[in-house]
Amino acid sequence: MQIFEYNGSALVAMVGKNCFAIASDRRLGVQLQTIATDFQKIYKIHEKLFIGLSGLATDAQTLYQRLVFRHKLYQLREERDMKPETFASLVSAILYEKRFGPYFCQPVIAGLGDEDKPFICTMDSIGAKELAKDFVVAGTASESLYGACESMFKPDMDAEELFETISQALLSSVDRDCLSGWGGHVYVVTPTEVTERILKGRMD
Amino acid sequence: MIREAMEMPPKGGFSFDLCKRNDMLVKKGLKEPSFLKTGTTIVGLIFKDGVILGADTRATEGPIVADKNCEKIHYMAPNIYCCGAGTAADTEAVTGTHNFCSLSRCNQHVPFYFICLFSANFILQWLFLDMVSSQLKLHRYHTGRESRVVTALSLLKSHLFSYQGYVSAALVLGGVDVTGPHLHTIYPHGSTDTLPFATMGSGSLAAMAVFESKYREGLTRDEGVKLVSEAICSGIFNDLGSGSNVDICVITQGEKEYLRNHMLPNPRTYISEKGYSFSKKTEVLRTKITPLREMVEVIEGGDAMEE
Repeated sequence: MQIFEYNGSALVAMVGKNCFAIASDRRLGVQLQTIATDFQKIYKIHEKLFIGLSGLATDAQTLYQRLVFRHKLYQLREERDMKPETFASLVSAILYEKRFGPYFCQPVIAGLGDEDKPFICTMDSIGAKELAKDFVVAGTASESLYGACESMFKPDMDAEELFETISQALLSSVDRDCLSGWGGHVYVVTPTEVTERILKGRMD
Repeated sequence: MIREAMEMPPKGGFSFDLCKRNDMLVKKGLKEPSFLKTGTTIVGLIFKDGVILGADTRATEGPIVADKNCEKIHYMAPNIYCCGAGTAADTEAVTGTHNFCSLSRCNQHVPFYFICLFSANFILQWLFLDMVSSQLKLHRYHTGRESRVVTALSLLKSHLFSYQGYVSAALVLGGVDVTGPHLHTIYPHGSTDTLPFATMGSGSLAAMAVFESKYREGLTRDEGVKLVSEAICSGIFNDLGSGSNVDICVITQGEKEYLRNHMLPNPRTYISEKGYSFSKKTEVLRTKITPLREMVEVIEGGDAMEE
């Protein structure tokens, strides 16, 4: 039985024109039994930086608490928020520290950097960064997500179109995965506002 | 709790906190996760004026292509570059400029008391920056000279040997220093070879076939770049673990040229022009819009004070 398939998750982040979107499913399960249908997998680090954590839920929550701690220390020392590229390096270093006894988590990081340029990246469970210019995926539904995003993605979409595309990609992929689903949670971030939407999906 | 707060942030190095828990999970039947690997074809060759390194750009996670255009040629020093195959995190960490140092040599199956013994011996190593490109930079500041390829080689091989192959990075290291052009291969257990042309990774046999038939001493720059591209292409097309584009790095005395995506033999030509249009909109249950604070411009009001 795979460790990443214990709880089940689906995460995707996409880049648009001066905006980004990050989406996750909402199920928390213990193998085949569903425990919760409103489980949060995307966390806010600061207003323009979000991190989604897939994989083992307990490691995801612990890792999130550690990252928030480090970011708060950074804010106190530097008197400003962390840039997404810096944050990605921080997450990568924290994960690689546990190289021989890793956290069973795959993060997806999305943020607006300097001059509101969107930044997305994902990592494997030991911190190998993978920067992308279009989309990144993680979780048990990742294989379907790769396929759906590859075909549905267009460069330079605006916020409305980006929301529609990422929602369609997420819902169609989780429909093909038993371990994730029960709706979707989408954040679309532009330089002026953050829109958080809950999607209705199949409840099975 | 107070002690924990004082110990944070950690000084660096590998931490084995979760090893016991992970072992327990494995005993209960959980399979370990697979890491991002760079299946890879990486090559290097020495030509008349220097060294040419080449690599493909595919990163795999099991059978899935995770990254279609990743960078495998890593910077070590202005005159030294290194291509990496194996576990992606290991090649990035061992060549990159992380500020974490590595300590103990244990693997996760060693019992806890052993770890304590080892860490007592290696506490001094906590203070060194062990990641090689940072170490080379410090060495340059210390000596005031350009780095030599053999320095990078010794640092890499001793790091990899000390982890007994657990840091799974296979590297092709090349550069030009005062003593001339050099090309070396480094295996995950720490052994090295010095060669005029070298290939590593899952596509190494395909690339070596091209080199063995067409390599000769005293190649010009263009012939060398052409030969390296051919070798990488042979890896891309014949090896399943390698794919996408060709990256090349040409290093000569005093200058380097990093040709990212020098060749794109696998373009995506099948994209439909119409794109996707979704006739039925996604059903939204709840929407919450949070406006972001606007940046406040502070205008210098120096005049008022001066009066």
